[in-house]
Amino acid sequence: MHKLTIAEIARKLRSKEFSSEEITRHLLQRISELDTRYNSFVTVTAEQAIAQAKQADTRLASGDTEPMCGVPFAHKDIFCTNSVLTTCGSKMLSNFVPPYDACVVTNFKNAGAVMLGKTNMDEFAMGSSNETSYYGPVKNPWDTNCVPGGSSGGSAAAVAALLAPGATATDTGGSIRQPAALCGITGIKPTYGRVSRWGMIAFASSLDQAGVMAKSAEDAAIMLNTMASFDEKDSTCVDQPLEDYTAGLGNPLAGVTVGIPKEYFGEGLNAGTQAAVEAAIKELEKAGAKIKSISLPHTHLAVPAYYVIAPAECSANLSRFDGVRYGYRCDEPKDLEDLYKRSRGEGFGDEVKRRILVGTYCLSAGYYDAYYGKAQVVRRLIKQDFVEAFKEVDVIAGPTSPSPAFQFGAKSDDPVAMYLEDIYTIATNLAGLPGMSLPCGLVDDKPVGLQLIGNYFAEGKLLNLAHQFQQATDFHSLAPASIA
Amino acid sequence: MNPSEIEKLANLARLKINEETIEQTAKSITEVLSLVDQLKAAETEGASPMAHPLDAVQRMRADVVSEANQREAFQKIAPATENGLYLVPKVID
Repeated sequence: MHKLTIAEIARKLRSKEFSSEEITRHLLQRISELDTRYNSFVTVTAEQAIAQAKQADTRLASGDTEPMCGVPFAHKDIFCTNSVLTTCGSKMLSNFVPPYDACVVTNFKNAGAVMLGKTNMDEFAMGSSNETSYYGPVKNPWDTNCVPGGSSGGSAAAVAALLAPGATATDTGGSIRQPAALCGITGIKPTYGRVSRWGMIAFASSLDQAGVMAKSAEDAAIMLNTMASFDEKDSTCVDQPLEDYTAGLGNPLAGVTVGIPKEYFGEGLNAGTQAAVEAAIKELEKAGAKIKSISLPHTHLAVPAYYVIAPAECSANLSRFDGVRYGYRCDEPKDLEDLYKRSRGEGFGDEVKRRILVGTYCLSAGYYDAYYGKAQVVRRLIKQDFVEAFKEVDVIAGPTSPSPAFQFGAKSDDPVAMYLEDIYTIATNLAGLPGMSLPCGLVDDKPVGLQLIGNYFAEGKLLNLAHQFQQATDFHSLAPASIA
Repeated sequence: MNPSEIEKLANLARLKINEETIEQTAKSITEVLSLVDQLKAAETEGASPMAHPLDAVQRMRADVVSEANQREAFQKIAPATENGLYLVPKVID
């Protein structure tokens, strides 16, 4: 049962091959037996899951047509869940039980989907290896000596280890696409504003966007249909008609032009990764797409601009964690200032503190224009690169990350090396464009991701390309040898 | 960045940094800032800053109460409260 895709589960629930309660119990059993290897869950909500499954079975019996009804899945532990611990991977929120649901959580509940639990992540979504989690690193199911990527490493590993057929995730600089690539699954980050951020713990508000991880593009489309909505409670959520992302999956690729940015194939790209990505591009061409070489000339400025803008926004967003209203409070504060400083100093990990300090510096008097002001202008140039490119092409393709999964500790002492993991994904967030990653091969028995970037609100086009690629290849159905 | 600059910055951010890690913090912040310094060489003449990818503006809503009062639910998860108020150490002697 655990090998099935969401599309298959939805069909089999209706043909009564098994009930939602049966598949839910099966996956909960797998999680309790196997997740000690991967550490992909922070909280498993077994009781609630079985109760939700029973309700879903009643809905299914009366002919419910919601594709996610009765389908088990997991939420990244960044989404607030009413009465369920929500840690964001941090000691700061190790006791935080929200009194409300995030919009995304409500959408899945309304659809009748069954939450198995909350997945592990880099602390406050800051990291590319899951090593910054207060709850310990997640292990990559393909090689448990290697990182799963981050920050949505728990969601990625849970899907790759067949503990959940799909999971929600978030992406501020690559946190859906990079772990999807490193764990050999399919992940999509929609256009900025397509999915509500309400109840999603904020890191960098102008970049954060929620999306999904699954075993296939078809499943990602099904999940995104449930997840996306307009929400008045998120002032940056876009009031734009929703489309059915599954509707265009079968469209032929003839007439689609795919741009290949030369800047994404330069120094630092692993040779095996490059070969796999180039072979995937050939496959798209075989399926009818036209391939065109393009240039995104400001690519080299994306990581520097991001490491001003994201820390600046994080330093402002994380000022709410003060030890007063919720979350961690230090023992015996001697005065109010000591309470603030020690609650934050003890509650946040090293990477979060580093980013708060960098952000505070970039926003401080005398430095604001040189750093933050300049980065916001560079951001415009990066967006403009894409605007020009999309005059000539429909979709952009390249590698998701520069190399396959690396060993634990390989980059954890060198923040700049870790930041460069996201060299191909960050520009997409700065421009607010949709992007996805799908498996396109193995290097040294570890997965490689093909990244697709679309124009604003072109999620359907990305999923169409990915689905057509997955019809012609079987990289997405590969599972680690250790997983039965 | 030297340790005394880090201390000043940490004070602005209301963040306690341990004595033992302050050298290491200074070193890593310096590395991040030198990465970020690549921006200085960027030619940005004529380009305007970008705050929102879709250049959206703030939506307005009617000036009416839209949230129910959930004070008890929110205070239940606070570290310390009394009589409906959040408790902090004494500020004025």
